[in-house]
Amino acid sequence: MKHAYLTALILIAVILIIGVGSQLLGIRLYDRIATNLLISLVLVVGLQTFMGNSGLLSFAHIGFMGLGAYTSAVLTIPAQMKGMALPDLYDFMKVVEVSPLVAMLAAGILAAVVAAVVAYPLMRLSDAASVITSFALLVVLYTIMNNWSAFTNGPRTLFGLPKTTDMPIAAIVAAIVVVVALLFKESRTGKLLRASREDEVAAAALGANIPHLRWRAFILAAFIAGIGGALWGHFITSFAPKAFYLKETFLIVTMLVIGGANTVTGAVAGTVLITIAYEGLRSTEGAINATSFGAGQVIGLTEIVLALAMIAVMILKPGGLFPNREIGHIITRARRKKETTA
Amino acid sequence: MAFAIQFVIDVLSLGGAYALMALGLVIIYGILRLVNFAYGELIMVAGYTMFLTSGSGLPWIIMAVLAVVMAIVFGIITDYAAFRPVRAKSVTAVLITSFAFSNLLQNAALLFISPRPRNVPLPEIFSETVSIGGAITPVRNLITIAASIVLLAAVAFLMRKTTLGIAMRAAATNFTMARMLGVPANLIISSAFALSGFLAGVVGILWIGRIGTVVPGVGMEPLLIAFIATVIGGMRSLPGAVVGGFLLALIDTTLNYSLSQDLLKFRDAFTFSLVIVILLWRPEGLIKGPASGQRT
Repeated sequence: MKHAYLTALILIAVILIIGVGSQLLGIRLYDRIATNLLISLVLVVGLQTFMGNSGLLSFAHIGFMGLGAYTSAVLTIPAQMKGMALPDLYDFMKVVEVSPLVAMLAAGILAAVVAAVVAYPLMRLSDAASVITSFALLVVLYTIMNNWSAFTNGPRTLFGLPKTTDMPIAAIVAAIVVVVALLFKESRTGKLLRASREDEVAAAALGANIPHLRWRAFILAAFIAGIGGALWGHFITSFAPKAFYLKETFLIVTMLVIGGANTVTGAVAGTVLITIAYEGLRSTEGAINATSFGAGQVIGLTEIVLALAMIAVMILKPGGLFPNREIGHIITRARRKKETTA
Repeated sequence: MAFAIQFVIDVLSLGGAYALMALGLVIIYGILRLVNFAYGELIMVAGYTMFLTSGSGLPWIIMAVLAVVMAIVFGIITDYAAFRPVRAKSVTAVLITSFAFSNLLQNAALLFISPRPRNVPLPEIFSETVSIGGAITPVRNLITIAASIVLLAAVAFLMRKTTLGIAMRAAATNFTMARMLGVPANLIISSAFALSGFLAGVVGILWIGRIGTVVPGVGMEPLLIAFIATVIGGMRSLPGAVVGGFLLALIDTTLNYSLSQDLLKFRDAFTFSLVIVILLWRPEGLIKGPASGQRT
């Protein structure tokens, strides 16, 4: 258990370094990238709580992020702006205006409730069937966001969210989420769930109610995704449903998988690594586009490189960078080994 | 009466296309127990081949054959790039590589061709309509029905009567045992990908024939349809995939006719809710496949 504290300390230190470092450099762009990174961290760690512990791939995560972002938007857009931003909104909702913090919690809770209802039958499925249904769930959530104009302004961009997310807030939420993920991993539910990940039959024979365990993890993941969505919404302040679809899903799955889905450390490492790579590739892409006059836009290069990286990681190191031990565990083991040899 | 005929033709043509899509996915899943996320991109490849050859002045049928051949080639490439290197590792690893490969192909199309829709050459007959018993139907629906009957029969024959088909079914039931009895594993898997690519190519032509254009994301909808149809029908059963495809078409067409315009936008959400109900009732799908053996 002691190494779990060490892990928490190290990961929070990483978050602090990212936050403080980006401020010390004093470049606005870095501040933006750091905030973005911390929000991605919330989402990736949220996905880790389900995927890492249950071993099931879930594609629906970004859908819940979208749910959170729209919930928070509907609750916080100032009443006098609602007529413009959401012309079809139901009358009783038009007067609602709560503080972003309350809205963020509401976003998380709503995402969790929706997840609880939808996922209850789905958690009985394993392997491919569960992946496919989670993929279909993402499509359904996207369809709803794209068409329920009253709440989401349809496929058009929704604007007017107050900009309340800044770097410190994102850092605080990210730190809390990391601690929650570690606590969940070490909790009874988390341990049983990890046992079912390693051997479904053996865990069930020992009396683990696997669908129920998975269900709990899924709800927690959706809650964190909802919070992350609200956080992102108040950072970016205007967005359309297509922000919550395959491209984003690909990105956070890449982050988690390259880092190592089974550990929170992996989730953090993957997020940091991929964010840096992504921003680097993006600016290269931008530079190419700026120099090649009229030769056509270069798009998709970033995704191609990331996809190749992902396939390479899967071939060489299928567990990711941190396949099964948290950073704290690795350090304690290394130290103990040194003590015994000395 | 005209309405009934219309309804039946709609269900059969849609169902035929859906069944072929699902079949292409299940052939891989049955043998490897792995979901091929890059399946939709094979349809995209067929579409872009048609677009790229459209200026060449070849007769349409040659272009169509070329498109199917390209889909087969890319099916085999999928095996080599995304499946073979990680086949022996975890299920999740393979799911992720196929997802990554799908993204790779899509973005390659974005980068090298264009994000905008491209027109695909279609013969005259695809846009003509005929009247059957008072119901006016596009000829392409009848072509789809005919093509799906022929192909389903061909696949059934291949699977039941030929050595390759029997070997494939043996591999799907118990891979290790099949290998011990001398079935070459890599060859069987590559042929399964080739067959999957062939089905994707034909479906691609029929499917894109409905829309008339191809975009990098064109494979998304067929992929989702194939997914849902296979989950309904039973993930490991070939007849299950066909039943699932037709059932999904029946559900979709019924919803198309019965939902009002406002609700029609949410059709996918309704379809998916029905899928959940079916899964609650039968978590293994409607038709149970062969007992699952070990992979590789």
